[in-house]
Amino acid sequence: MLSQERAPIYEALKEYRTNRIVPFDVPGHKMGRGNPELTEFLGTACMTADVNSSKPLDNLCHPVSVIKEAEMIAAEAFGAKNAFFIVNGTTAAVQAMVLAVCKQGDKIIMPRNVHRSAINALILGGAVPVYVNPGVNKALGIPLGMCYEEVERAVKENPDAKAIFVNNPTYYGVCSDIKRIAQLAHSHGMYLLADEAHGTHFYFGDNMPIAGMHAGADLSAVSMHKSGGSLTQSSFLLTGDNISEGYVRQIINLMQTTSGSYLLMSSLDISRRNLALNGKQIFAKVQSYAEYMRSEINDIGGYYAFSKELCDGGAFYDFDITKLSVHTRDIGLAGIEVYDILRDNYGIQIEFGDIGNILAYVSIGDRELYLDRLIGALNDIKRIYSKDKTGMLDHEYINPIVRLSPQQAFYGEKESVPIEQSAGRISGEFVMCYPPGIPILAPGEQITQEILAYIKYAGEKGCFLTGTEDLEIKNIRILKE
Amino acid sequence: MDLWFTENHSESVRFSVRVDKQLHSEQSEYQRIDVFQSMEFGRLLALDGYVMITQKDEFIYHDMIVHIPMAVKKDIKNVLVIGAGDGGTVRELCRYKTIEHIDLVEIDERVVEVCKEYFPEMTVSIDDSRVSKHYTDGLRFVRHKKGEYDLIIVDSTDPFGPGEGLFTREFYGNCYNALTDTGVLVNQHESPFYENDAKAMCRAHERIKSVFELCRVYQAHIPTYASGHWLFGFASKGIDPIKDLDEDYWNSLGLETKYYNTELHKGCFALPNYVLKMLGEA
Repeated sequence: MLSQERAPIYEALKEYRTNRIVPFDVPGHKMGRGNPELTEFLGTACMTADVNSSKPLDNLCHPVSVIKEAEMIAAEAFGAKNAFFIVNGTTAAVQAMVLAVCKQGDKIIMPRNVHRSAINALILGGAVPVYVNPGVNKALGIPLGMCYEEVERAVKENPDAKAIFVNNPTYYGVCSDIKRIAQLAHSHGMYLLADEAHGTHFYFGDNMPIAGMHAGADLSAVSMHKSGGSLTQSSFLLTGDNISEGYVRQIINLMQTTSGSYLLMSSLDISRRNLALNGKQIFAKVQSYAEYMRSEINDIGGYYAFSKELCDGGAFYDFDITKLSVHTRDIGLAGIEVYDILRDNYGIQIEFGDIGNILAYVSIGDRELYLDRLIGALNDIKRIYSKDKTGMLDHEYINPIVRLSPQQAFYGEKESVPIEQSAGRISGEFVMCYPPGIPILAPGEQITQEILAYIKYAGEKGCFLTGTEDLEIKNIRILKE
Repeated sequence: MDLWFTENHSESVRFSVRVDKQLHSEQSEYQRIDVFQSMEFGRLLALDGYVMITQKDEFIYHDMIVHIPMAVKKDIKNVLVIGAGDGGTVRELCRYKTIEHIDLVEIDERVVEVCKEYFPEMTVSIDDSRVSKHYTDGLRFVRHKKGEYDLIIVDSTDPFGPGEGLFTREFYGNCYNALTDTGVLVNQHESPFYENDAKAMCRAHERIKSVFELCRVYQAHIPTYASGHWLFGFASKGIDPIKDLDEDYWNSLGLETKYYNTELHKGCFALPNYVLKMLGEA
């Protein structure tokens, strides 16, 4: 047993600081002295931890000492064979995970409501997606997890697929039956990949949906910086028994920086220690906050803060109760409208608003007073802004028609046309609302009138649309015919 | 002995009161509570180091936060008081026989307990049969009420501690909802003088204005508060604090007050130009 009380990178940085090493290496700010304005802004402690790889501090690309040790302790904390420190965002972890098991032309079974980073990995590596339609809750208008039977059918139809990719959970907190899906994958010689960008806490709290590695996943991308409390852009890539450590390291090194940030690495190290030692209490508190808010928001009437009552053994197999998703359409407001009103009129910033829902991120850092501010504001918004809901769009998910692999489409010969004239053609680009960053349209998919109507509606309601070369999304690049 | 209690009125202005002794000190779940015996002001209650009330000048604050609305709207029966754990506001309210019920919402029960022990003259009515005490967050409490109160008094601390939620737009909006159509909201409105207080004051005014149809500000002179120049807010769905003042009625009640009178009532809504300008009304 390794001690979870240790935090080797943090300890090494502290010692490095005490040893007063004379820096004739990068970074050029040299403990902040070369950039007084930045030091004034971020603090001396922060600047003196922004140092370079060296013998006492190890090297992220080829760890042999303190980083290696910190990775081993992290692996144990998560119940993984290996854990890799990732400093290029969970995006890098997701991409490394896909590239580690799929080569050019390999099939990968995935739900279409994946984060863009998963489809980006297909563009980079040339794997071909086999989409499983996520379940959709018609009343809420949100895509859910994958129904086991749907995955099973995809596996039977594509026995040559290399891997199954599962969101554990989705942005909204919905889980698939990942344990059975993992067994299914393994019994057909496929790998199980878990995108756990929103599931760090599954590894540490009680009464949580099952965590990927505990369910038998072969690889998992864990956004430590979301529910785990580390700095933005820091993540873990976890691997199981059947995955070669050295090969995964090579894949990570294809894309990850050679100047790994010690600010990010120490934040991973310290946060892992905190979760391993205190995670149970921390997440019990987060759950109680979210449950309190859910029950108070449901009492207001008109809003629907959903939870485990929707579990159906299928596409809504389990639910992460730390997630506070609230359906707003019944008060006549799109989620994005409530999101904007909360920020502009009440000084409250929430995680995202989509067509029919908002998501408030409840975490380790919340204060009780603020819970009541959000509930009070929702109460007031209903009083002032609620209106008739007729004419509101009611769905978040449109089944894609895939005509080309993302890579073929992305690198294919393209032309630009006004978006409203693009129906029937194949998109060469992404279109998505951000957040949540789940593509409405991905490269290789056919553009339909329904999709165009959705994009127009989302834009009118104030969603932040991204993805196309044309930043205003007036034109879209389509494949030449 | 040369013992002084000092409060920073701004980053570079201090206000000191000579103290004979400290009578009480504790850290409650929400704040630090101190009671001092002072030479000039009698007993002094401080929360998180800020003077809340003193025996010598509390009458000004409590007169002004209670009698102004009571003289404007004589059919007040159901009252919600938020904050006010010191009991002074409730004491003044209980002098009106016409009031049938008072909900007192104080987040910190320890404030009430400490005041009962050290300020018996302020807490005389806190256990009156018409008073229901609720130890909870005001924002949380008021959210569940609709069209119930004739008067809401927000007797809060500054917006930088546990009182923060009582200066938000959602709170004022929820109060609007909790008031009857002729209901009145009166609140402790900070000071216009030092920059930080003035900013909080303007923000509160802006938010109340975005919620209520009618929104007025009045002033009083309170020696122990920063700069001594203190404001209160009067907001309603139409009732006007001057036009709807019923002087004869109030004077017929024969209530003896040390600060308030109906002439002062009419005058206290007249504000200095710099304050009008801050409020966007000059």
